[in-house]
Amino acid sequence: MSLLVETPGLLTTVQDLGRRGFQHLGVGPGGVMDPVSHRLANLLVGNPETAATLEITLAGPSLLFEGDALIALCGADLAPAIEEQPVRLWRPTLVRAGARLTFGAGRQGCRCYLAMAGGFRLPLVMDSASTSLAAGFGGYHGRALKRGDRLDGAPCPKERYPSLWQRFDRGLQPWLALDWFPAWYRELDFLQPAGLRLVPGPQWPALTAEARRGLLEDSFQVASNSDRMGIRLRGPRLALERPMEMLSAGVATGTLQLPPDGAPILLMADRQTTGGYPRLGELASVDLAKAAQLRASDTVRFTAITLEAAQELLLAREARFHALARVLAERQSY
Amino acid sequence: MPHPTLQVESLGDQALLAILGERIDPGVNDQVHQLAALIRAAGMPGVTDLVPAYATLAVHYQPAVWRYAALRGELERLWREAGAAELAAPRQVELPVCYGGEFGPDLAEVASRCGLSEADVVRRHSAAVYRVYMLGFAPGFAYLGGLDPAIAAPRRETPRLKVPAGSVGIAGMQTGIYPLETPGGWQIIGRSPMRLFRPGQEDPCLLRPGDRLRFTPIDLEAYRRAEEPS
Repeated sequence: MSLLVETPGLLTTVQDLGRRGFQHLGVGPGGVMDPVSHRLANLLVGNPETAATLEITLAGPSLLFEGDALIALCGADLAPAIEEQPVRLWRPTLVRAGARLTFGAGRQGCRCYLAMAGGFRLPLVMDSASTSLAAGFGGYHGRALKRGDRLDGAPCPKERYPSLWQRFDRGLQPWLALDWFPAWYRELDFLQPAGLRLVPGPQWPALTAEARRGLLEDSFQVASNSDRMGIRLRGPRLALERPMEMLSAGVATGTLQLPPDGAPILLMADRQTTGGYPRLGELASVDLAKAAQLRASDTVRFTAITLEAAQELLLAREARFHALARVLAERQSY
Repeated sequence: MPHPTLQVESLGDQALLAILGERIDPGVNDQVHQLAALIRAAGMPGVTDLVPAYATLAVHYQPAVWRYAALRGELERLWREAGAAELAAPRQVELPVCYGGEFGPDLAEVASRCGLSEADVVRRHSAAVYRVYMLGFAPGFAYLGGLDPAIAAPRRETPRLKVPAGSVGIAGMQTGIYPLETPGGWQIIGRSPMRLFRPGQEDPCLLRPGDRLRFTPIDLEAYRRAEEPS
């Protein structure tokens, strides 16, 4: 089973949950921008959550299936279609050998994840299949996909959703989806004007009173030069009471840092391991998926949350993931 | 002498920052590496990354294993009980460098700015023992301390669009080696045939935090012999 890239789209990369344990060497975690959509896509096709998916950005690729496959598309609605018939997100979907998956004008969100049952056959670099675009390693030859690339996968395991496979094997349709999906994704409300929860950080009190008010009461726009390293925000210019000289120190995914120009940057998956700008705070990790789905010129507002509350939300989400994984394992058996 | 109380602040809901000082100082940096060694030796499950910097240690962790208050308490206890233990002897690393010529296009400018001969710049640059305070900025990039102030030189006015991997440069009081081909504004005085970042290998980076580094001058012939395939 393999996938042939006929056109690559704007930016299509292989990503997984990223690298752990190499940050002291300057190697950042990388990995998917939206871990929730990535994990759901994997669970829907019976993969471990750690399996690599394709992260598809805004304008999707054209992919030719060279064998039967079980896939799921989760995240942004980039108008996916198989053989020109629209397919829906969040559903386990069987695709016939020779069928072509294409994308149209994006309707909602920024990044869509394609998981394929059995995963992709790619070498792990530092324990991960994630593509590091800046350093040129990992994923598919250390770069975004190009026309003519071929992604090999394991032969499709047909023991998942056996009754769906039976219907599929009797027919000729290019694809067949299970009419069932985890409604939970709706809670992610990708469409809502994004409210992002921020745990105020150590340099929060160093902001002027006006800047603190502006950060929590005004809205910001996502700048067009945002990317996998960081989401750049345009809004009220944030000023410190007095300039601060910072030593380079560790940062986190979700750190909201403030460069001297007063326009904050939200550090995302391809962030560096350390930074030297004042840290206004960190996004609650549960909101990283929402931030990952922001597009240029989208509007963002921040609210403050305590560290303890942010950790409780994260643990509650993990509990729901575990519950969903159990339900899906059961559903995949018939 | 017992350690002072460990200063800790949150770094979001999956990391914290231990602060050992506020300046670039070998003694403070030793404490950073000592704390990292203590945490590694304690084998704490759920701690995923330890990121030493000049004066801080970032500890990335899984909230399913540690809540912030519990991990903070545990780190404070480790530090309090450890006392000022001796650090393990740092690794000594030698990095061959071919100075000047096409590999060091800015050597002449650095020499003239500093009022030295090119040979003096090379001698001073390769005589020092540098401390790897931390890695960051890019995979395998080491922040080094110990540059001879006599060869400090400002950045180039116009950065180069491409600086080859292995290039050795000076920028102000900093010296460093480019692990990857990137744009850069440092004054480039030489190039090492060694690869600082080898992502596919067991040991992906030549340098580690806390190492001591010396540069060994080599000629072009030795460079060609030692050159690693990129």
